[in-house]
Amino acid sequence: MHKESGQVGVPPSEDGLSAPSIEAESLSKHYGSFTALSKLNLKIEGSKCVGFLGPNGAGKTTTLKIFTDMIRASEGRALINGIDVHLNKKKALGTVGALIESPEIYPALTPREALSMVAEIRGLPRAEARKKIEETVAEVKMNEWLDKKVGKFSKGMKQRINIASALLSDPEVILLDEPTTGLDPRGQAEVRDIVKDLKKKNRLVFMSSHLLNEVQEICDEVAMIDHGKLIVYDRLSNVTKRFSTDGENVVEIELSRDIDEQSLKRNIASLANVNSAERIDSRKIRVHFSGSIQNQESLLSDLVAMKIGMISFRPSASALEETYLSLIKDTL
Amino acid sequence: MTKSTSSAVPDLKRQVLPSSVSQIGTITKYELINYFRSRRFFVLLIIGLIISALLTALVGYYRPSSFLSSPLDFYSSWWAGSITFVIILSGIFYGGDAISGEFQNKTGYFLVANPLRRSSIYIGKWLGALIASIIMLGVFAAITIGNGIYYFGLNVPYQLWDSLLFALLYLIAVLGFTFFFSSLFKSTSMSILVTAILFLFAFTLIQTLVEGLVKIEPWFLITYGAQIITNVLIDPYPTTTTQGFGPNAFTSYAASIPEGIAILLAYFAVTAVLGLLLFERKEFT
Repeated sequence: MHKESGQVGVPPSEDGLSAPSIEAESLSKHYGSFTALSKLNLKIEGSKCVGFLGPNGAGKTTTLKIFTDMIRASEGRALINGIDVHLNKKKALGTVGALIESPEIYPALTPREALSMVAEIRGLPRAEARKKIEETVAEVKMNEWLDKKVGKFSKGMKQRINIASALLSDPEVILLDEPTTGLDPRGQAEVRDIVKDLKKKNRLVFMSSHLLNEVQEICDEVAMIDHGKLIVYDRLSNVTKRFSTDGENVVEIELSRDIDEQSLKRNIASLANVNSAERIDSRKIRVHFSGSIQNQESLLSDLVAMKIGMISFRPSASALEETYLSLIKDTL
Repeated sequence: MTKSTSSAVPDLKRQVLPSSVSQIGTITKYELINYFRSRRFFVLLIIGLIISALLTALVGYYRPSSFLSSPLDFYSSWWAGSITFVIILSGIFYGGDAISGEFQNKTGYFLVANPLRRSSIYIGKWLGALIASIIMLGVFAAITIGNGIYYFGLNVPYQLWDSLLFALLYLIAVLGFTFFFSSLFKSTSMSILVTAILFLFAFTLIQTLVEGLVKIEPWFLITYGAQIITNVLIDPYPTTTTQGFGPNAFTSYAASIPEGIAILLAYFAVTAVLGLLLFERKEFT
């Protein structure tokens, strides 16, 4: 049985005690007879990106709202860096940047003013605030709109400002609830790049998403929730491995030149630990292999040595999708 | 699993958060910017100016004796006759959706996820509404006094200053009340509608019924307490009087100044606490 309700998430911190952390302690939320969240236990520590997956109504947004004190837990505690969010919201959220759902900004304000308000609330010195506002707005590619009223913005433009607001104070912990909602493909890619940069800056990103490829691309770990219960929390590679058929791993490889079926079978399918290889199109292949991360490393080395024009090598998004579908049976 | 504690987390990225008082000031500042940029401030200002312009033109043209017999009569007719209406409009315009709008329009999602207490948001927004309303009150008072000076010179009766203070107290109580109703609902139209109905019709109707049929002093009504704004401009100050005898007797109640102040303060205190508690407990679902 895959379900591990009530189990504390496993991956230990690589950064020891100094790492930023968020922790759900037996967190429950009831709305009358409906249970939105049921005894969620999850501890995330360290600088990493954790994808929070689950179907609609699984309890993802509910969890994030409890972590920002937008709603109260019926039972249990939400802790950020060890501080109970409900009992000491101001201190707990002092190091947190959050984007929950798609907030609206006062339409009569400009992004500069709305972000100045956030900067003042967070105590950024004026000169630093001015600099940070310009930097974060440039990061979300909205610098040309800095002094225009938000009321005229599209949903995607507002979402970019909301992302800038969450990043403004350079927070240690970033809580994002479907951050790419409303963004065009370019905007989505930009947000993914921003999150990747945050990981490099020693930040803890906890991000809910429906987009499995997005999680696959940027997250190190994944927590899956269904019907308010945690199903699994582990490193992404472990999750896909644990729940894929026979512990098989899948990678997708992109090539700079065409590869035919024959050379695929002859050269790649015959490599050690490779179970099968298939062509997605003339320049893309999918390889199924068994074994550990070391096997993946040696597969990569072998492919490089073959000089087949490999330009990308990454775990298949479909592996996560396969895992997701095997764990989560219902959509509601 | 070991539990992280706040002391275990490095402080290098932590900026010192401002005090709650300072955060209230920030919310007030941006609430005012939002008001001044939005149409509602100017709509209300225009309504106030239209009322003032109409009174100026009518009094100037017809020169009614009820206005021009004495400075006290002038201010009683002009100021006291209109200011409660202006205050109620301010309450509806600024307070009606102040809190419910944060839920319905989702602007609260932008603010609440930040490190500040909900009470700071509530108080900051309330102060913003108060300052915007005081500006309205100031404009109306300035036009009133300007007209008074035109007709009677600098002979401004001291009772006007008392009335101004009571009007300010009424404004504080009305905004406390409207913020409470705004906290009660998540729909802006509902909170505005209920507030408007209560202040424009319901309180007056209840007061009439209570005085005429039940024959008790309506000390529990905010509008009754607000009568001190008008009463202080009447010389001598009106008192409770009964006309007729037996079952046909009709008592006209008049709130004394201490009574009126107590009613307004009580309304403000009770509704402010209730509104704040509601907002603290309300969930952004």
